[in-house]
Amino acid sequence: MMRLLRQRKGLQLFGLMLPGGFWLIVFFLLPIAVIGAISLMGRDDLGSPTLPLTLDAYIEAFDPIYLELFLFSLWLSFLTTIATLVIAMPVALFITRLPKKWRNTMVFLVMIPFWTNFLVRTYALLFLMRANGPINNALMDLKLIAEPLSMLSTPMAVWIGLVYGNLPFMILPLYSSLEKFDWTLIEAAQDLGANTSKAFFRVMLPLTAPGLLAGSILTFVPAVGSYITVELMGGGKTTMIGRVIATQFGTAGNWPLGSAMSIVLMVIVTIAALLYFRAGRGERIAL
Amino acid sequence: MPDTPPADCAVELRDVVKKFGDVTAVDHVSLAIRNKEFFAMLGPSGCGKTTCLRMIAGFERPNSGEVYINGEAQGATPAFERNVNTVFQSYALFPHMTVAQNVSFGLEMRGVAPADIKRRVGEALDLVRLPQMAGRYPKQMSGGQQQRVALARALVNRPQVLLLDEPLGALDQKLRKEMQLELKSLQTQVGITFVFVTHDQEEALTMSDRICVMSQGRALQVGTPVEIYERPNCRFVADFIGETNFVDGKITGIEGEFATVQSAAGLRFVGRIDPAPGQRPVAGTAATLSIRPEKMVLADKRPDASANAYEVKVISVGYVGSDTRVVVSLGGERVDVWEQNSVSTLDPNYFFRTGETAWLTFKPDNGLVLTA
Repeated sequence: MMRLLRQRKGLQLFGLMLPGGFWLIVFFLLPIAVIGAISLMGRDDLGSPTLPLTLDAYIEAFDPIYLELFLFSLWLSFLTTIATLVIAMPVALFITRLPKKWRNTMVFLVMIPFWTNFLVRTYALLFLMRANGPINNALMDLKLIAEPLSMLSTPMAVWIGLVYGNLPFMILPLYSSLEKFDWTLIEAAQDLGANTSKAFFRVMLPLTAPGLLAGSILTFVPAVGSYITVELMGGGKTTMIGRVIATQFGTAGNWPLGSAMSIVLMVIVTIAALLYFRAGRGERIAL
Repeated sequence: MPDTPPADCAVELRDVVKKFGDVTAVDHVSLAIRNKEFFAMLGPSGCGKTTCLRMIAGFERPNSGEVYINGEAQGATPAFERNVNTVFQSYALFPHMTVAQNVSFGLEMRGVAPADIKRRVGEALDLVRLPQMAGRYPKQMSGGQQQRVALARALVNRPQVLLLDEPLGALDQKLRKEMQLELKSLQTQVGITFVFVTHDQEEALTMSDRICVMSQGRALQVGTPVEIYERPNCRFVADFIGETNFVDGKITGIEGEFATVQSAAGLRFVGRIDPAPGQRPVAGTAATLSIRPEKMVLADKRPDASANAYEVKVISVGYVGSDTRVVVSLGGERVDVWEQNSVSTLDPNYFFRTGETAWLTFKPDNGLVLTA
């Protein structure tokens, strides 16, 4: 056996790939295969998936109502990514420019919210924004508004919730990218006549693109499928595809439809991510 | 020190001070760099030479004093509006751009027409002898080639002044020598003022028209390489440039251009005084005699009628081919003497031997009496 292993490079490679491959098969491919199988099934009177195979679930998934919801989810996630980017960039830049001994502390502070359950943090956001919450009270006390703003259950509320929840996932990759950035290059650009914004767009942005891409993907993908934020901040009035899928597996009891929607969402997100990476690659060649 | 009227000056620093927190990096520096001059700023690390360069480039602003470029006060003019370009110590080439893109960057920023850009980039790459490298990325090039790209990227803009921050520091010894000659001929060719920062005195001596020696934020002396070497105006410059021997003492007499210094051991030395205007030393002042090793003669007999003749003991003899480096003891002090081997001989008696007694002499013209 050992001799066989030593002789066959292919076998060796196979052996090395075994643990990782096993993990991927059991926890990644298998669940997707199950979802894929269910999505192709019909359902009986009680809602349980049954044979024979059918495309009914997919036809239902492309119903205009759901299609609109897909688009809305993608759009809101896109806006979320943009907003996190706009907020995270100055934060990451600020941390990078601090003396070395302060940087780790700041990164630590960015991560501290993870120690509290996401659900609890979302409730806290809910509390802040509700009709008689601190924000409305403060605005009323300042006589800026006469009546409490109804901020919850709007797309804006969901958006704020998504931006809040995903911000660290944008800050951290951006920071790690910026930390490696050679600031002499900015001086070189300025020396050659580039003002601050040109130096940023022509030199800094392309060179920090890896972190930017990673942060965007890490924000966009979970945002599209997010459930807790939509459930709490959307309050049933504003909904996203993730919540609808959850409903299919729960109260609506339509597993095939839920599965079909999951597969469609996965395909859309994958295509979007690939296009995005492509666009990003175009900017920076051969490092 | 600004001995040239501003109109002839490519760059002038007038009483410039730069502080970083409590540290004074540049301490009241005034100097005038002439048009089309190869000017070196020389000094040990931390002497403020790079800070001076960065203030000319516009990366730092002086706390007080003013930087003039082509006679115009720069004030708060940002780096991207100054007609100077920098070759950085690390080259700072843009890694995501090809050589051609790197070199055209400055022209693009200044809105030069695309056709002109193409032509000028080609010319610049020809100038640094890298015409076939336009499509490469910096990572695919050697250090020497990257250095040339950095030069082309700066020169293509035809700046008033080219600032070079230890540009040869990262190159190996052989390449360094080559680039020294090449830089010098390039400068003559393009006719642009070069301000060159270095800590390597040999580099400064071989390349520059004039040198400014800096220490602890101050400009100690500005002069041609010969002036700096032959007539250092203070102990630091004499010590930093080349090798020299110092004897500390007190001035006991002054006669014309010469002064007599008496050491603590009671020995008397006569050397030249070359005071700054209005700073003629007086008898009784503490002074240091500086005498370079190659400007002394060792003899086996007492020479006739020499002002500076001392009986010394040979401590060690080192034969290095072109000369023999002898260390002698003069009243307990170690003195280096370099005897040129101008005679081809195998005779061991030609050379001094350790433990021998000899006579050390030098002309008063060759010794320098320093009071600073």
